[in-house]
This record gives sequence, C-alpha cells and structure tokens, in this order.
Amino acid sequence: MESKMLEVKNLVFHPVDNGTKISIIEDISFTLADGEMLVITGPNGGGKSTMAKLLMGIEPLDSGSILLDGENITDYSITRRANAGIGFAFQQPPRFKGMTVSRFLSLAAGEDLPEKKCCDLLSGVGLCAREYLNREVDGTLSGGEMKRLEIASVLAKPHKVCIFDEPEAGIDLWSFSMLVKQFEELHAEKRESLILISHQERIIRMADRIMVIKDGKVDALGPREEVFPGLMDKDTGCACMNQNHKA
Amino acid sequence: MDKIDQITESILKKIDGAGFKQEGAYNLRYNGYSLCHGSTEHIKIKKKEDKQGIDVYISSDTKGEQVHIPVIVAASGVTDEVYNDFYIGEGADVTIVAGCGIHNSGCDDSRHDGIHTFHIGKGANVRYEEKHYGEGEGVGARILNPVTKIFMETHSLFTLDTVQIKGVDSTKRETEVVMGEDTKLFVVEKLMTHGKQDAISNMDIYLNGAGGSAQITSRSVAKGGSKQVFHPKAIGNAPCHAHIQCDSIIMDQARVCSIPEIDANHVDAAIIHEAAIGRINSEQLIKLNTFGLSEEEAEAVIIENFLK
Repeated sequence: MESKMLEVKNLVFHPVDNGTKISIIEDISFTLADGEMLVITGPNGGGKSTMAKLLMGIEPLDSGSILLDGENITDYSITRRANAGIGFAFQQPPRFKGMTVSRFLSLAAGEDLPEKKCCDLLSGVGLCAREYLNREVDGTLSGGEMKRLEIASVLAKPHKVCIFDEPEAGIDLWSFSMLVKQFEELHAEKRESLILISHQERIIRMADRIMVIKDGKVDALGPREEVFPGLMDKDTGCACMNQNHKA
Repeated sequence: MDKIDQITESILKKIDGAGFKQEGAYNLRYNGYSLCHGSTEHIKIKKKEDKQGIDVYISSDTKGEQVHIPVIVAASGVTDEVYNDFYIGEGADVTIVAGCGIHNSGCDDSRHDGIHTFHIGKGANVRYEEKHYGEGEGVGARILNPVTKIFMETHSLFTLDTVQIKGVDSTKRETEVVMGEDTKLFVVEKLMTHGKQDAISNMDIYLNGAGGSAQITSRSVAKGGSKQVFHPKAIGNAPCHAHIQCDSIIMDQARVCSIPEIDANHVDAAIIHEAAIGRINSEQLIKLNTFGLSEEEAEAVIIENFLK
C-alpha cells in the first residue's frame, strides 16, 4: 500500500462575513501519497485557493484534521507547518522593499545559498540568473518575474508537500514551458508530494490524480484518466470546467 | 599608532562599514578632540584655527580614495559642536566615510552637532556615507544634530548615504543642497527610532542649473512610542528632474509625519514626490512564516532589509 504523505479529513471553513457565517469549504477529505502529484481545479470562487491556505494554516479551520506524514499538524502555526515540511507558493506573492533576490532565496532555503545555487534556481524558472541576484524583490520586478521567483523560493529547499497556487498565472508562454518542465522533473523524481491548483491543461495533464472543487465541495476526485475527460469543454478545447460533468 | 579603547573600537565597527584604520586620510574625533589624524598625497586634513573642526582638501588627482572621519562621544555630559569643511577639486573621485556613535552610561545628555559643508568642484564624484548610532545604559540622552550643506558645481555627482542605526534619542537633521548645471544628486536616508526617541529631518534641494537631477529616497521604521518628521523639499529653478520618495513602517504607538514638498519655478522643472506610511504588510509576514521564520524573526528580517 502506498504511504500517505498527507491526510485531510473533513475540512470545514465557515468564516463570518458581515455577521453572517458563510460556507467556503464544506467537508473536504482527501489523501496525498508520497511523491504523488494532485492537481486541484474547478471554477473560480469554488474554494481551491482557500483550501490551499487551510492546508498551510494561513486560514483557520473550523473543523477537520490534517496529518502530514502521520503527524497531526491541525493546530500548527504557519511557521510550524513550514518547518514540518510544507512549502507554499502564493498566487499573488508579496514584494519586499530592500530585500535582494539572493537574500530572498537564502531565506527560503533556510541557509545562505551560494551564488551558483541561486542561479540554478532562477534559471529553472526562466529568469536570467545573474541579472536578478542583486535586484530587489520590490515594485521593479514585473508580476511574471515575481511569480517565477515565488516558485523558485519553494524549490529552494526540499519539502514533504509543496503547494502551488495557480503557478501559471501571469507567466509568459516561454516561461510557462520552463515551469512545466520543472514540475515534470519534480514529479519524476518523486521526492516531494505536489499539490498544484491550476486551470491549465498542460498542468492538469501531468497529474496522477485530479480533484475538482466546486462550491466548496469535492465535485470529483480520481485518477487523471478518469477525471480529465470530463473537464474538457469540447467546443473550445480549453481546460475549463464542464459544469455538467461527473467523474 | 594611537591606542583605541574597546568601546571606541566597537562603535567604530558600527558606524564605519568600510572599516576604520589609522591609515590614509583619516581623523578620529573623540569626546570633543581629534584623537588621531593622517593625510595622503592627494587628501590633506588640517585642523581649524578659529573653531572646532577640520578642513579637508581633496585634490583633483584623487581617484578612488577614501577619507574616514568618525566621531565618538563616550562620556556623559559632553556637548561637541564641530565644523568640517570639504573642498573637492575638479574631477576628483572620493568616498568620505563619516558617522558618529555615542556611548552614554551616565545621567547627563551627550550631544554631537556636526556641521559639514561640501564644496564640490566641476565634474567631481563624491560619495558621502554617514552612520549614526547610540548605546549605553545611562539615562542621559544621546543627541545628534547634523547639518549638511552641499554646493555642487557643473557636472558633479554627489551621493549622500545616511543611516541612523539605533539608539539615538533625539536628532534634528538639516540638509541643504545647491545644484549647478548638469549635476546629479542621489540621497538615501534610512532611519530607525524606538522607545521615546524623536527624529526630524529637513532637506532642501535647490536645482538651480539646467540638466540637474535629484533622486531622494527616505526609508524609516518607527517603533515603540517614537516620533519622526520628514520634510524633504525639491525646488526646481531650471529645467531639471527630481524625485522624492518617502516610505515609512510604523509600529506600536509610534508616529510618523512625512511632508514631501515640491516647488517648481520653471516650466521645464519635472518634480515628483511619493510618500507612504504603513504597518508591516501581513502578507510579507505570512510569506516569511512559510519559509519557517517565526513572527519575530520575520519582522526583524523585513525591517533589516527595508533599512539596508
């Protein structure tokens, strides 16, 4: 039997908005095997990013439990979850005035990285390394550059589980191809379990399993070959949700 | 070589990032007196006859040399007012490393007022670094009131890099720059206050010559119950460009007042100002938490880099 790297049981998130409890995540459960790639997709506003934030501890659970490699991390802070082995790439990463790219990557790695290691990380996400090492992680970097740097920061050290929230958003076509290659290599190495939130067909096609989240609930969950055909909109050829599909 | 005590040695490391040595052109002022000094072939340091301070003559042949003129006040109750004048020859290229550290372990206030005037010759390139720092367990205040006047001739370049590291209870900084034709000015001012400290920085930049450009960047962090006031002013009297940017992080019960002022007296004076004050962005903290840093560590990293 494959070992479970992540066990998510009955997650519920009902934040209060203007005095009223709203249902964002409703009883979501799933597992992630060691080295598995799970792609989470679904319509915008369905709860995918919130789910990822619940896993990282950025949003507080109302109920449910999360086990990482058998360790109950449900009550852990973000910091403790990070140190337990979860990496997280934000959809819209924040900027840091005064912080250089090399310092940022060193912080991500938890150690002072040599220049070559920084260059390798940056090249891996399609950034011309030497030009960036001493640049500041501030408004002088474009949205696409920030996204690629964000992904490089997660790859700066090994994790048990890496979560990438829409890594393709804001990235040009060439860099996207580099990114897909990165994920393919990561996946092939099977050293880390990966959760990717994505709408991109090329990313969804890489998945071992696909989970569709809609209206805060699991709409479909299963092996790629079972779930993927139902996702395709035959008229447009885009990897967008076919609202009528059932896996 | 004059012997330097441990406290002075330690403060010098804080205020002179390039590393102070009794070599080359230097002047170490200690508790109101010149402890040691030296000149070079191109840079001559002379003690003033009529008042406290030095005249520093930097010849046109100076290329890539440094002058180190740190000030240490290590006694309680000292008030030190010093006038340093710099005469930089045409085409010279020099870095001047100043800075002042106060160690006050007593009950009385210790104060240093450094009045520096720079006369920058045509085509000269000057980098001036100034770090201010205070320490000591006494209740006496550590006060630093620098006055910096800069007169720039045609085609000269001046970079002013000032940092108030920490421990300065009160500071009032006055800076005035008069810029000639085709001159360039870069100012980076970084300041940290904490506890009950207060800091005022007034800066007047006169862009009098055509083709002048000035970039003023101010970054500060105010913690505890400290107060800061910034008032940079760019006055465009000719076709010129100027950009003032003030960013402050405010924490705890601190207060920050930022008043960038732009004053155009010529139709081709292009002057911009930006100012922002805000708490540490929670998204930045969360991002660093995802690297495994605690709240305190993340906050310290953000501040350290913001003021770097």
